[in-house]
Amino acid sequence: MSSIHIRINRRRFLQGASAAVVSAGSLGRAFAQGAALKVGVLLPRSGYQAGIGQDCQRGVDLATGLLKELGYPNLQIVNGDTESNVDTARAQAEKLIGEGAQLLVGAFDSGQSSAIAQVAEQKGVPFVINIAAAPPITEQGYKFVFRNFPTAPMILGDAFANQKEIFEAAGTAPKTAVMMHANDTFGTAMQQGIGAVMPKFNMPYKIVETIAYDPTARDLSVEVTKAKAAGAELLVMVSRLNDAILITRELVKQRWTPQGIFSMGPGWYEDQYLKTLGKLADGPISFAPWYDPNKKVAKMLEAALAKKYPGINLNTNHVYTFEALLVAADAYKRTGSNDPKTLAEAIRTTNITDNVSPGPGISFNAKGQNDKLKDSAFQNRGGKCVVVAPKEAANAKAEFPMKPYNQRA
Amino acid sequence: MRALLFGGIPARGWTLLLGSALALLLLPLVASDYLLTVLILIFYFAFVGQAWNIMTGFAGQLSLGHALYVGLGAYAASALYVHFGIGPWIGMLAAVVLSALVGAALGFLAFRFGVGGVYFAILTIAFAEFARIGFDHLSWVGGSSGLFLPVAQFSRNELWHLRGHPLMFYYLMLALAALALIVCRGLLRSRLGFYWQAIREDEPAARALGIDTFRCKMIAVVISAAMTSVGGVVFAFYYNNLFPEQVFSIARSIEIILGPFIGGVGTLIGPIAGAFLITGVSEGLIELLTGVGLAVPGAKQVFYGICLLAVIVLMPNGVWPPLAAALGLKRGKPRR
Amino acid sequence: MPLDIYLNVIVSGVLTGLVYGLMALGLSVIFGVIRVVNFAHGEMMAVAMYIAVVLFSSFGLDPLLMMVPIAIVLFAFGYLLQARLINLFIDRPEHTQFMLLVAVAIIIVNTLLMIFGPDAQSVQTSYAYDSFQVGPLIVDATKAYAGIAAVAVSAALFAFFRFAPIGQAIRACADNHTGALVVGLNVNRLYALTFGIGAACVGAAGAMIVLFIDVTPALGPAYTLLAFVIVITGGLGSMPGALLGGVLIGVTEAVAGLLFSPSAKSMFSFALLVLVLLFRPQGLLGTAQR
Repeated sequence: MSSIHIRINRRRFLQGASAAVVSAGSLGRAFAQGAALKVGVLLPRSGYQAGIGQDCQRGVDLATGLLKELGYPNLQIVNGDTESNVDTARAQAEKLIGEGAQLLVGAFDSGQSSAIAQVAEQKGVPFVINIAAAPPITEQGYKFVFRNFPTAPMILGDAFANQKEIFEAAGTAPKTAVMMHANDTFGTAMQQGIGAVMPKFNMPYKIVETIAYDPTARDLSVEVTKAKAAGAELLVMVSRLNDAILITRELVKQRWTPQGIFSMGPGWYEDQYLKTLGKLADGPISFAPWYDPNKKVAKMLEAALAKKYPGINLNTNHVYTFEALLVAADAYKRTGSNDPKTLAEAIRTTNITDNVSPGPGISFNAKGQNDKLKDSAFQNRGGKCVVVAPKEAANAKAEFPMKPYNQRA
Repeated sequence: MRALLFGGIPARGWTLLLGSALALLLLPLVASDYLLTVLILIFYFAFVGQAWNIMTGFAGQLSLGHALYVGLGAYAASALYVHFGIGPWIGMLAAVVLSALVGAALGFLAFRFGVGGVYFAILTIAFAEFARIGFDHLSWVGGSSGLFLPVAQFSRNELWHLRGHPLMFYYLMLALAALALIVCRGLLRSRLGFYWQAIREDEPAARALGIDTFRCKMIAVVISAAMTSVGGVVFAFYYNNLFPEQVFSIARSIEIILGPFIGGVGTLIGPIAGAFLITGVSEGLIELLTGVGLAVPGAKQVFYGICLLAVIVLMPNGVWPPLAAALGLKRGKPRR
Repeated sequence: MPLDIYLNVIVSGVLTGLVYGLMALGLSVIFGVIRVVNFAHGEMMAVAMYIAVVLFSSFGLDPLLMMVPIAIVLFAFGYLLQARLINLFIDRPEHTQFMLLVAVAIIIVNTLLMIFGPDAQSVQTSYAYDSFQVGPLIVDATKAYAGIAAVAVSAALFAFFRFAPIGQAIRACADNHTGALVVGLNVNRLYALTFGIGAACVGAAGAMIVLFIDVTPALGPAYTLLAFVIVITGGLGSMPGALLGGVLIGVTEAVAGLLFSPSAKSMFSFALLVLVLLFRPQGLLGTAQR
């Protein structure tokens, strides 16, 4: 009881102290009119991406408390719904800016982010993208668009590097692989990227067959039959949550356990997957943007999540949405201004080393892209994910090859 | 020609028309950018709604896959721009030709084999879905990863390349919607228009009267397709990215027909009135639900569906006919 | 590719096709008799699937056992829908009827979204991961059970329309509307009954299909379209046609997926549809009429 008392007092003291310092103007900067920076957060809160949008929102919810704890100024968050569609994304971006948003964050989907980017650029309002992997967005020469998320080629390069690390640690490597991918924006981009990036890494395996499937398909038995018939040792996947569950079920029913399931994208690590499949969820290794479990702020975020949303594992959606707001808060703190142009200039010189994602930290190159991000490899184990590569950001050893499905109780 | 296009409008009608035209022209002076964006969308739906109306409302051939022509137009012009640097106004010609050909093929296949009514509607859906999946696999236009148009800075308005401030698109879409209205009026009041209405009401009887129903229906489909594709071109250059999943989807086809449906299929002002009403209701619902705190995903669409249901049940001919009557505009329009 | 791969895929296609066929049967009945384009067909199946999910997760009741109660609930829903709403629109132009059902579909889909959220829900029965091995053939247990159930329900339906007086009356309405009126049949009531029966079919199909397909609120439209493709291919007004159409589409998609790119397999169904519409609009087993 008394310890709680002390904690509150200390926190209040720190808040009071920083406020006093600020108001004394000793830093030489005045926070404009005492009004917090107005940040418009655009996410798909309805429509087919609603589930992911709601998950990203958790990152936003956690940000408010955590940013304050880290000593950043308050942000006034205004929520917008892109309804998972491009028209609405654009209109809502206009609306939020019209209502005074000085910075935009969003929007998970590449198409919608692209539309918002155009509006932001035109209005001169900085737009920090939380999640969107399509390369073209940062190739347009925009001055107000920033992306703290890897592009598809980056994800791929890191994936291959991590895979080699895993093979080395396991002492064995597969020689053949079959690849299955959803025939949507992300899946196709990854598949095309693999063709371009893989040769540079001298991987021990060859992809003997590539199978593209309709992402809205509810029955993937034929696709899995085809994959099994390819006779490969490794299964490489680019899919989303529902397909991941469907495919795993088919693998069990058709009695095929590959040496490993390497997923380069979402789905296989998500809570719903782990919960639905229980013991059958163990084994797949995902190669995707993740967090560095050894970093201090990552641990803080994990703790905050456990407190506010118990039973939910920390994932990409939470991390990168949080980091987008972190970038905003950091720029605001450094400039003390909520003028969009000044903020954009400030974001360009961002250098946050106390962050959550793997790599040296958050910084942006001339195109507005954080090209120093590193992606991790993490494996499903006992209802959670453990990070198995890269070494600097890992906390476990990979289980490879994985345990056959029919040997799990 | 002048009498055809502009004759026969009651004085009150002129006042209303010119009044609203003036209001819309001057609106950007006071409107926020957000409102402009909303209006651009309204004009777009009014435009393609008019185009759809020609085929379904005038000639009676129900099309449920009109997103096909939007997509064809959008992709044709965009591909030419991205790969060969050809400007959109020239690309529009290619878009129109492509859509017209596809429309003609569809029409030919359907009408030669006597496919009509519901079957025709399903055929249109099949064509649109076919295009959707087909374009998903066409890597020349980006396949399912999408086609991104290079975006330039917005400091200058370049009408030739359709790059510019939303204000430019506002006036462009307004002009297009107005043009569509004039063209449709001309068509409806022409001999062809009367043939169409005859076919719509009773095709065997029309044939018995000596009307070449096949030719008339084909013309309707081709004009409708061509006009719709123009809308597609502007759409592409406004949003600057295209994904087959979104552009050709059934949801889009339904969006297109909601306007004319609510406003009044087969009427002239119907698609325009409908477009305003639908977007207005849509945006209004967002405000209402956020205000009441009921902004749960899906809530807006449920209300939307209920409104739609209400209009269909209570005002089967659309909102415009009773509205026109209330405004005192006596028009000798065909009644259903 | 070795023969047993094809065999596996074809068997799977047949079983899935039988369940699709049952769903399409419901549409064939509705469309064939009332001539209404039920654009909410797939959505009704989604409702049935959600009911099955709720019953399973709350009470542990197997969907196959719950098939009959679910069918009854859907019957009531369909009956009321036709009697109270659609009957008003029988004489209205086609596109009005169509939009009516589109509005109903929109309401259903989004109500489901509000209640259940956007994530996929599944029914994990104890035999959800089972498969039978017969030589080189591996048959998915859930599909096998569903396929058998579909055949059983279809047979019951055939018997109804063949032997029960009400069934015969409904067929009379379909064959000759005016004649039926002349003979004194209460056409409106029969229409409502028909829609109810069609909805019941969809309900039963939903209970079966949820065993191997997860349900999301957005599931409806794809299945509505599929149902139409099947009905038109198999033949309007022909019940064996609907089942045949279902199996045909199921196998075509499966084999096309195996031979070509799976992501394009729907194109084959549509190509088949276009061909049928052009060259044999009454469908494979349908009788040439209208």
